[in-house]
Amino acid sequence: MGLMEKFFGLSWGIHPEDHKRPAADAATRTMPVPERLFVSLSQHIGAPARPAVLVGQQVKKGDKLADPQGAVSAAIHAPTSGTVTAIGEIPAPHPSGLPVLAITLESDGKDEWAELQGCPDPFALEPAEISRRVAAAGVVGLGGATFPAALKLSLSQKSRVSTLIMNGGECEPYLSCDDRLMRDEAAAIVDGIRLMLHATGASEALVGIEDNKPEAIAAMSEAARPYAEVRIRPVPARYPMGSEKQLILVLTGQEVPADGRPGDVGVVVHNVGTARAVHEAIRHGRPLVSRLVTVNGACVGQPGNIFVPVGALVEEVLAFAGGLKKTPERLIMGGPMMGMSLPHARVPVVKGTSGILALDAAQVADRAQEPCIRCASCVRACPIGLLPLEMARHIQVGDLKGAVGVGLKDCIACGCCAYVCPSHIPLVQYFAHAKGEMAAQERARLRAEATRKLAQARSERLEREAREKAELAARRKAERAAAAAAAASASPAVTEGAQA
Amino acid sequence: MTNTYNASRTFASPHAHGGSGVRHTMVRVQFALLPATLFGFWLYGWPAFFLWLITLLSCLAFEFMSLRLMGRQQIGRTLGDGSALLTGWLLAMTLPPWAPWWVGVVGAFIAIVIGKQVFGGLGHNVFNPAMVARVALLISFPLPLTTWVAPLPLTSAAAPGFVEGLQITLGQMHLTDAMSSATLLGYAKTELSRGVDLVQALAGDHAPGLSWSGIRAGSLGESAAVLILAGGLFLLVTGVIRWQAPLGVLAGVAVPAAIAHAVAPGHYLDAGTHLLSGALMLGAFFIATDYVTSPTTGQGQLIFGLGVGLITWVIRSLGGYPEGVAFAILLMNALTPIIDRYTKPRILGRTRAGRPIDPPPVGKGA
Amino acid sequence: MLAAILSLTILGALLGLALGIASRLLHVETPPVQAELEAMLPGTNCGQCGFPGCSGAAAALAEGSAPPTCCPPGGKALAAAIAEKLGLSLDLSSLTDEGPKLATIAEDLCIGCCRCLKSCPTDAILGAPKQIHNILKEACTGCAACVDHCPTEAVVMQPVPVTLQHWVMPKPLAA
Repeated sequence: MGLMEKFFGLSWGIHPEDHKRPAADAATRTMPVPERLFVSLSQHIGAPARPAVLVGQQVKKGDKLADPQGAVSAAIHAPTSGTVTAIGEIPAPHPSGLPVLAITLESDGKDEWAELQGCPDPFALEPAEISRRVAAAGVVGLGGATFPAALKLSLSQKSRVSTLIMNGGECEPYLSCDDRLMRDEAAAIVDGIRLMLHATGASEALVGIEDNKPEAIAAMSEAARPYAEVRIRPVPARYPMGSEKQLILVLTGQEVPADGRPGDVGVVVHNVGTARAVHEAIRHGRPLVSRLVTVNGACVGQPGNIFVPVGALVEEVLAFAGGLKKTPERLIMGGPMMGMSLPHARVPVVKGTSGILALDAAQVADRAQEPCIRCASCVRACPIGLLPLEMARHIQVGDLKGAVGVGLKDCIACGCCAYVCPSHIPLVQYFAHAKGEMAAQERARLRAEATRKLAQARSERLEREAREKAELAARRKAERAAAAAAAASASPAVTEGAQA
Repeated sequence: MTNTYNASRTFASPHAHGGSGVRHTMVRVQFALLPATLFGFWLYGWPAFFLWLITLLSCLAFEFMSLRLMGRQQIGRTLGDGSALLTGWLLAMTLPPWAPWWVGVVGAFIAIVIGKQVFGGLGHNVFNPAMVARVALLISFPLPLTTWVAPLPLTSAAAPGFVEGLQITLGQMHLTDAMSSATLLGYAKTELSRGVDLVQALAGDHAPGLSWSGIRAGSLGESAAVLILAGGLFLLVTGVIRWQAPLGVLAGVAVPAAIAHAVAPGHYLDAGTHLLSGALMLGAFFIATDYVTSPTTGQGQLIFGLGVGLITWVIRSLGGYPEGVAFAILLMNALTPIIDRYTKPRILGRTRAGRPIDPPPVGKGA
Repeated sequence: MLAAILSLTILGALLGLALGIASRLLHVETPPVQAELEAMLPGTNCGQCGFPGCSGAAAALAEGSAPPTCCPPGGKALAAAIAEKLGLSLDLSSLTDEGPKLATIAEDLCIGCCRCLKSCPTDAILGAPKQIHNILKEACTGCAACVDHCPTEAVVMQPVPVTLQHWVMPKPLAA
């Protein structure tokens, strides 16, 4: 295997057409704050945040709207100044179109920052203090997984990672927000990287940037020149280079164990956008309330990268980006390979929104499904080494266990298999379905266990109650007997009468 | 404004596609077969063309009937994917070019109905349909399946004309002895069984010729080895097939043939003869590479190819039949699930056995 | 002669010994199926299957007189698990799994009679005489045992709404 890789280069993944330009080369724009913002409480992996404001309350930009809840969660802040007008359900940016709890904020038009506490010399701070401040700013991973960044920082400090890997791969087609950030704000990103090095205790940072972004590589190399510990490493453009395991493999040659985390090989991976957010949070005290979003696709009037406040509706972002030229075949949040199709455009932008794509039919290239011809294109494309065709075959007949047996749990849903499938089989949908179904079964199992415990507790209670009742009755009887005996000793005649 | 687009379905990612298609692949394979086929038409005249046409049309007809009987939807689209056409084409390539019409029809029935649709249609068959048909025909009707004609190019005076050709295909005209000829493998087998040493047998003038140009007796697919090879290389370059299976087949025949020939040239044909004769080139590039019935990984395909090659050589040299590609492929088809099982790719982060790999000792930098 | 008898005897003794050891070492406990089935069932004895409690259902399942789909609160997942345990092929289409349902109490109808309290197998209903009762969502198993006990039809089974966390991507339609 290793020998084959030496001779034939990297054998995993695919080379999709990247469609990044011209959007990547257009200057960044900033979207004005819309009248109303819908700030979702589930913008991160983990438990939804708990509202910390009341309806009718006035807030400034950057004031905390919601507290983290549970071990894995993140705080949420006001993206502008204004009044909280509602806390209720709105359609979630999710293919199902199900509701999500959100805080509605009516802008007062001033966009006034709350009092911010920056830190002029953050390297004097304790690493734990940096993590604390990053948590307070509600920073989450901006590459798409939206894992709370502070948690990752403190975990990596505990597991003593030696290398911080910065993900500037941005391997998804169409997206260019990380590219744009690296070109425009390389200094801020490098500062963020150094802060993260300080917070994690890692000795060096490797910034992996795909070689189809020469401008970003140049800008980042320039900004990182004074700092020997920050190394810019161009990597071949290949999908899914931005996947954690692949990037670690390419940059360090280490393979992360299937059941482990990058920390097991002494590595932690963060997105370059997250580095900028960390810089903003620590240096300027600004919480994460807006982000750069790539708006792209054949149906968009003026494709490009736009700074969008969190909570703006997709509809408004599209309108700002020159409106729609034609009705899109599909509207996507994120990239085309792993992004979610949106049921409609009246859903809010969240912290993890890297892109909004309005694709036409030619770009989506969706066709009717045909039978599998076992061509094994998917096997060659899979970056993990799975057999997508076998997995789908098992899932099709409802054999989830069989699918797990051939590696369903290792699937990262990158979409390479479905991208190359000549029969247009929706392989990722099969896998997503199976994973969801397995989670549901697990929930049912846990519930059944809880039920059994409750039923047992009840039968124990009933037994106890019966026992207590019997004891009580026995005691009463004994008391009565004792009383009777006492009475009898006083007047034997009665006792005799009772015995008769 | 944006609420009007297609929201009736839940779409899973990815929302893009590389553009490949089943039909696209099948058309490429047919394109690769075209030069050898046209050469065969020229070499063997009108009867070859009629047999080819009958086989293809019958395949389409049987596919249509099967789909109809099973109550499938969108029959037109399934017919249009080109798989039935390709099966018919490959079958026609392995038949004696002057065989009567019913050979093509019966072959098409066996290939499409018994070889493919009974298993559930495209993608579900265990054995290559064209090879199933070829073997069934050979065993059931040995005579017409082993009656080969000497090449009579269309441009030559003796070549049958359009009407005459039609008569031959419809079985109205019997082949004269002058027309019939033996393939080199058949000739060698006959001579060997008569106790004639191969060195002497092949030295004589009456031995069938063997050349890359393919002007000799045989089926459409065996005559022009060089054109088949060119088609195969085209498929390799365009990425329709991969190198493992063809290389395996060729090596699987050539290596034992070379060794055996070096040891006993009187009893064993040399590697070059093996490679250029029979359906070996066709089998290596067009049939051993059949997606449905061959293993999924490169490693598996190499094993599969080697197996096909080796069994072919064994049948040719030691077995009762002069040619063994079809048998070899069917035998290896049966082994495909097992090969697949033992050549699974290693999952990233796991050992070959499927257990998570051990993390390296941490702390070198910390 | 003697050597042959001796060697065969020794061989037989050794092989017998090896077999004996192997049967001890590789012994597989086969617990009675009925006990295992009973452990899989919810254990609430709600009676919806028509058997006397979960142990009754387990006995019926073990002897094959009840289908694996007999436990409504267990739903599809339990049916599949039972079918696997018993080695049966399962026809899920016969199972009308409308998704989980939980009991709710209409507050304007509840008269605080406490009859439903006693019927609940998991003590999920809170209440006292002449007080409006309430159902703990987390403890309710959706067995519907309480529904029939309510004199005012205040207890109703309501489907659990699908949430983002519980949403499952639909299975693609086969080609």
